[in-house]
Amino acid sequence: MSSTVSNLGHYQAKVARSRATSEPAWIRWSLIAIALAFLSLFLFIPLAAVFTEALRKGFETYIAALVEPDALSAIKLTVIAAVISVPLNLVFGVAAAWAIAKFDFKGKSVLITLIDLPFAVSPVIAGLIYVLIFGLQGWFGEWLIDHDYKVIFAIPGIVLATVFVTFPFVARELIPLMQAQGKEEEEAALVLGASGWQILWRVTLPNIKWGLLYGVILTNARAMGEFGAVSVVSGHIRGLTNTMPLHVEILYNEYNYAAAFAVASLLAFLALVTLALKTFIEWQSARSARTNEQSSEE
Amino acid sequence: MSIAIRNIHKRFGKFHALNNINLDVPTGELVALLGPSGCGKTTLLRIIAGLEAADEGSILFHGSDATSRDVREREVGFVFQHYALFRHMTVFENVAFGLRVRPRKTRPSEAEIHRRVHALLELVQLDWLAGRYPPQLSGGQRQRIALARALAVEPKVLLLDEPFGALDAKVRKDLRRWLRRLHDELHITSVFVTHDQEEALEVADRIVVMNQGNIEQIGSPQEVYDKPASPFVYKFLGNVNQFHGRVHAGKAHIDTLALDIDGHHETDNTPAHAFVRPHDIEVLRERGTQPAFSAVVNYINAIGPLVRIELQRQDNQSIVEAELTRERFRELALQQGEAVYIQPRNVRVFLDVPN
Repeated sequence: MSSTVSNLGHYQAKVARSRATSEPAWIRWSLIAIALAFLSLFLFIPLAAVFTEALRKGFETYIAALVEPDALSAIKLTVIAAVISVPLNLVFGVAAAWAIAKFDFKGKSVLITLIDLPFAVSPVIAGLIYVLIFGLQGWFGEWLIDHDYKVIFAIPGIVLATVFVTFPFVARELIPLMQAQGKEEEEAALVLGASGWQILWRVTLPNIKWGLLYGVILTNARAMGEFGAVSVVSGHIRGLTNTMPLHVEILYNEYNYAAAFAVASLLAFLALVTLALKTFIEWQSARSARTNEQSSEE
Repeated sequence: MSIAIRNIHKRFGKFHALNNINLDVPTGELVALLGPSGCGKTTLLRIIAGLEAADEGSILFHGSDATSRDVREREVGFVFQHYALFRHMTVFENVAFGLRVRPRKTRPSEAEIHRRVHALLELVQLDWLAGRYPPQLSGGQRQRIALARALAVEPKVLLLDEPFGALDAKVRKDLRRWLRRLHDELHITSVFVTHDQEEALEVADRIVVMNQGNIEQIGSPQEVYDKPASPFVYKFLGNVNQFHGRVHAGKAHIDTLALDIDGHHETDNTPAHAFVRPHDIEVLRERGTQPAFSAVVNYINAIGPLVRIELQRQDNQSIVEAELTRERFRELALQQGEAVYIQPRNVRVFLDVPN
C-alpha cells in the first residue's frame, strides 16, 4: 500500500510540474530566493546565533549554566506549569469542541468568541487580570491573605496565567475537524445502543486523535514559552517563581550572556522538537487521509 | 413490530417541517416515504428513530407509546444516507459494534459475536471484506455493511435514509432488488426515504407521498401511479402533460376541445387542471371521431422500448409529450416537423380550489 501511495505522489508531482501549468524559470527562482533570504534573516541566523552564543564559552560553562540551582528551579517550574495546564486545556478543549461541533445551543457563537479571547488579548493584560482578582489589592486579596493562600507571585498564579494563554489551542484545532466530520457516526453509535462515554471513547476520540495531538503539542509549546502573562504574575523571585523565559531575561539583564543563551538554547531546542513532532503528525494524518481517499477510488 | 404515527408536528424556527402527520406501518411491511427534498421525509424518519423529537404528537411501537423512549431503547436499526461507518474500525468491528457496547449482562460472548457478525456478513455477501476499513470499500459495499451493522442488534424496525442516493445508477438498481429480496427473507418492518419515484415504485409495498410537510397520498405503487390523489402526486410520479381549462357538466373544456371525464356531472363551469400521461396521448395522422388538437412533431427520441415524441400544439404553441410503442411509431412513420393530430385519453381533472 505504501509504495502505491508514494507512486501516486510521484505521479502527481510530475503532473504539477508540467510546462503548461508552471511559471517561467526566472519567476520560480526569484520567488525561492526571496523566501530563502527571508527565512535566513529571520529564522536560521537567530537560531544559529542562540546555539553559538550558548556554546561560546565552552561546553562546561554551558552545562554549568543549566545545572545551576536557579536554572534548575526555573526548568522545574516551567515543567510544572505545562504539566498542569496541558491536561486541563486538553479536557476543556475536547469538551468545548464536542459541544460546539455536535450540538446546537443558544450562545454558541458567544462561546466560540470567548475561546478566542486569549488570542485577541495581550498576554500582559491576561496576567494583569489575575493580579486584579487575586492580588493584594484585588477582589479576593484579603480573603486569600487571611487564609494564607498565595496566588500572585507564587506558583498558582503562574499556572493560572499559563492556562489562560493556552486556552484556545486544543479547542481551535478540534472545532473545524469535528465540524467537518459531522455527527452521523455518533448518531449511528447512539442508535446501536452506545452510551455517551462509549461514543466518546470508541467513536469520537479515535477520529480526532491526530488533531488532538497537534493541539496538545501547540499548547505545550506555548505553555513552556509564555513570557508576558507569566511575567506579570510571577514577581521574578529567583529560585521560586521564575520560569525559563523569565530566567533568561534576568540573566540577560545581568549581562550573563553565556548563561542566558544556554537556557534560551533549551527553549529553542524545545521549539525544534515541537516542529519535528508537528511535521510528523501532519505527515501521519495526511497519510491516513490519503490512504482513505485513494482506496475509496477503487 | 408495527409503527403508528399520530398527529406529528415539527417546526424548525418558522419553517413547518411536518404538519399533522398520521401514518400506520403494519408489521413486516416495506414502506417508502417519497417526496422532493425539503418535504420533511427525513425529519419524519429521524423522529421515528428518536434522533429528533417531535413538537407535538406521538409515536407508537406495537401499540405502546414510544414518544419519549430513548433512541437506544427503541430497538430500531438506522441506515444513514452516507452510511456513517466508523472509519477507524474494520468492517468486522463496525458490524460487531452494537453487540460490543452492550452492558456486560446482555453482551454475547466473543465466540457468539464472531458467529453473528460472520453470519450477517454472509447475509450481505461480503464476508471476505471483514478485515478491510470502510474507506477501502466501494459505495455499494459500504451500503451493505451499514445494513449489516444495523441488523446486528436485531432491530424490530429498520429505517433507511436515502439508502441508494449516493450510488451510481447500475449499482443502485442491483441494490434495490437485493434489498427487496432481503426484506422478503427477514420480514422486518422497514421504512425508507427516497426522492426517486422509480425506486419507491419498484421496491416498496406501500408508498407515502409527501410534500411540504404534508402527506399527499398513501397507497400501493399501483394506486399512487394510476390514481394520484392530487396534482402534486400526478406531477411527482412519472411524466405528465398538464392542461388548463374548465370543467362543466361532466366534460373538460380545454381551449377548443371538450373531453369526456369521469364524474363532475354537477360541476358548473369551474376552472381546473387536466392531467394526461404521455402514454395516454394518441398520435394520429388523420383527424378521428374523437376531439383532437392539431400539432407539429418537434423532436423524436427513439431510444429504448418507448419512443418519446415532443409535440407543439398549433393553437397555442404549448408543448405536449407523447410516448408510443415502437410498433405504433413504425406504423405512423413520423418525421420531425410533420403535422399530426393528438388525442388525449384517460384525462384526469383537479378543480382549482380557490385559496
